[in-house]
Amino acid sequence: MQKNINQLRLLIIIGIIAASVYILMQLPLTLGLDLQGGTRLVLEGKETEKVKVSEDAMAGVVAVIRNRIDALGVTEPTIQRKGKDQVIVELPGIKDPERAIKIIGDTALLEFVEAEWSPGDARTISAEKLKEFYGSDARIDYVKEVRGGRVESERPIILKKAVLTGAELKGAWPGLDQYGNPVVDIEFNSEGARIFSEITGRSVGKPIAILLDNKIISAPNVREPIPSGKAQISGNFSAEEVQDLVVKLKAGALPIPVKLLETRIVGPSLGKDSIDRSAVAGMVGFAIIIAFMILYYRLPGFLADIALAIYVPLTLAGLSLIHATLTLPGIAGFLLSIGMAVDANIIIFERLKEELRLGKTIKMSFDAAFQRAFAAILDSNITTVIAAATLFFVGTGTIRGFAVTLIVGIAASMFTALTLTRMMMNMLVDGKIVTRPDSKLLYK
Amino acid sequence: MFDIIKNTKLWFMISAALILLGIFALSFNSFVRGNPMNFGIDFTGGTLLNLRFEKPVSIAAVRSVLDKYKLGESVIQKSGDRDLLIRAVPIEGEKRADLMKDLNEKVGASEILEADVIGPTIGKELAAQTIWALIIASIGIIIYVSFRFEFKYAVAALLALYHDAIITTGIIALLWRSVNVTFVAAILTIMGYSINDTIIIFDRIRENLKKPNLAKKKLGEVINISIQETLARSINTVLTVIIMVLCLLFFGGETLRDFALVLLIGFAIGTYSSIFIASPILVIWHNWESKR
Repeated sequence: MQKNINQLRLLIIIGIIAASVYILMQLPLTLGLDLQGGTRLVLEGKETEKVKVSEDAMAGVVAVIRNRIDALGVTEPTIQRKGKDQVIVELPGIKDPERAIKIIGDTALLEFVEAEWSPGDARTISAEKLKEFYGSDARIDYVKEVRGGRVESERPIILKKAVLTGAELKGAWPGLDQYGNPVVDIEFNSEGARIFSEITGRSVGKPIAILLDNKIISAPNVREPIPSGKAQISGNFSAEEVQDLVVKLKAGALPIPVKLLETRIVGPSLGKDSIDRSAVAGMVGFAIIIAFMILYYRLPGFLADIALAIYVPLTLAGLSLIHATLTLPGIAGFLLSIGMAVDANIIIFERLKEELRLGKTIKMSFDAAFQRAFAAILDSNITTVIAAATLFFVGTGTIRGFAVTLIVGIAASMFTALTLTRMMMNMLVDGKIVTRPDSKLLYK
Repeated sequence: MFDIIKNTKLWFMISAALILLGIFALSFNSFVRGNPMNFGIDFTGGTLLNLRFEKPVSIAAVRSVLDKYKLGESVIQKSGDRDLLIRAVPIEGEKRADLMKDLNEKVGASEILEADVIGPTIGKELAAQTIWALIIASIGIIIYVSFRFEFKYAVAALLALYHDAIITTGIIALLWRSVNVTFVAAILTIMGYSINDTIIIFDRIRENLKKPNLAKKKLGEVINISIQETLARSINTVLTVIIMVLCLLFFGGETLRDFALVLLIGFAIGTYSSIFIASPILVIWHNWESKR
């Protein structure tokens, strides 16, 4: 009978190890940005004269950013709102962070503005005159001719009124102009096409300025009315710039401009380095703790070591089950929790020593030790969880990863130190391995 | 038997000296260095570039490029031949991209190990978060310990925790180690973990007070006995954790080293305060109550 109980216990323990390993193989832990490399951005919505920071505007910002990132083809990006006006974007393992930052952060407000070349020197025209002659929105800007990074010439232009925006686009594609330069081909939707045909109809011989985020990209002269709703944006683009502009135009403009509050780029080698070094630290620490427990607590210490060896895959499996992301502080938290996991065992074994000294039998001492130590272990662990939970709710980013590993670690250690060690110690008694309270195998 | 309660004054004086040392370090830093602690970019905002160059580079070459961007004041540190750490004021998006391109062209090809740009407002948020975290954790601990023990146990435990947090902060200020978001996490971890030892002693006091042969004794004596009885586990539980912290300190990466150092100091102070501060506070409170 007692032999059967021990076989059952052994089976349970093997079952737990097998389940943990199986989970870890099926569902490997996701590594945080700081370990696998990647980019983390914190953006803040900025209100403009026209649009206030609102729930709708921020939801719009998130939606547009998501579209742009999807077009970039990043695997498993996360885009989160934080507080009233912030958005956190995490892009694991991207190769060209600079380009991604530009694509995400640009407002990408495309405007078609009715315009006229300025007669004579534009600087002599007063703001009042300008408004009187060309309408209340009129302002002066300059079309710059840029070659090889240098401004070759500046031509003053009077911008009158924005008549169309990116919102009226049906689509955008990369294309080539007649000289083979990269351009963006666009097509307006039916409403946009109607307006565009009207505008081009009355602007023959005059320019239409195309502005992106209030900067003039080009200002082609209209030669004839364009009824098709198709147009071409040219402006000294490189092929990559054309690609990026297409991404932004397709995703639409951000409803309000955003400002970068925080940029964190981690290259892939730093993360690998961190993992390797932490692994060394963990293994050395683990070995010393194992040795300490055996030397100090003898056979029970050895059982605690077995429980600790189970604790490691069990905790990792627990983390992967709740889809936790492993960050560098998370690894630190996990290693710390290895040192804390044997705490419960130490409390029990010290208690066991006291109970044995009172002259109780082995079985009675074991039971009393576990029972009496339980309150202290529970209370001390719960207070640690209170601190860790606070870190989780108040903290952000990698610190949350630390808090999660600590909490999962404490839960797992309660199980391995209390349940598993107890099972194994009962195996000692039932298997008649330890029979006498003065056994050399016990620590007193 | 060593009487801990009888020497309460001595322990309080040692702690007071440590706290004063910390206050001295904080004010010395404020006056001489301009900041009470060596706040990193998580708090102050700024730019941190950690680059690994393909070939060994000279700091002078890097500085001449930085000068062009009016960043000549930046801190440039070399670790090894090829790794370079640059700390500067916040650099706006495109300017940073240009700077990196320039560095690659003029100094040599490099790989980004880490590139952080943090705006100045984030630091204020972090400071606010830290204060909130401390308040919420304190309330949680007060409620739980009051519920499991008594209110005065909760206050004694919490005072010991603040003692740990203050002394640890003071020592880090004295050592002028850089303080980032991981410091906040470390302090909260210290508070969460150091209370364990206190709880173990309190648990024994709670148990001993129920024993008929001890119930007649003075609280101070019961506490003395309880501390002696739990001393081995107080030390051994912390020892296993400190083994891990030391391993992180010696073998862990650069990033975790500062974190491990804070934990090492905090855990050591925490064990001391569980034995020498938290329990004497209980006795003082008890005596004050009975005199009233």
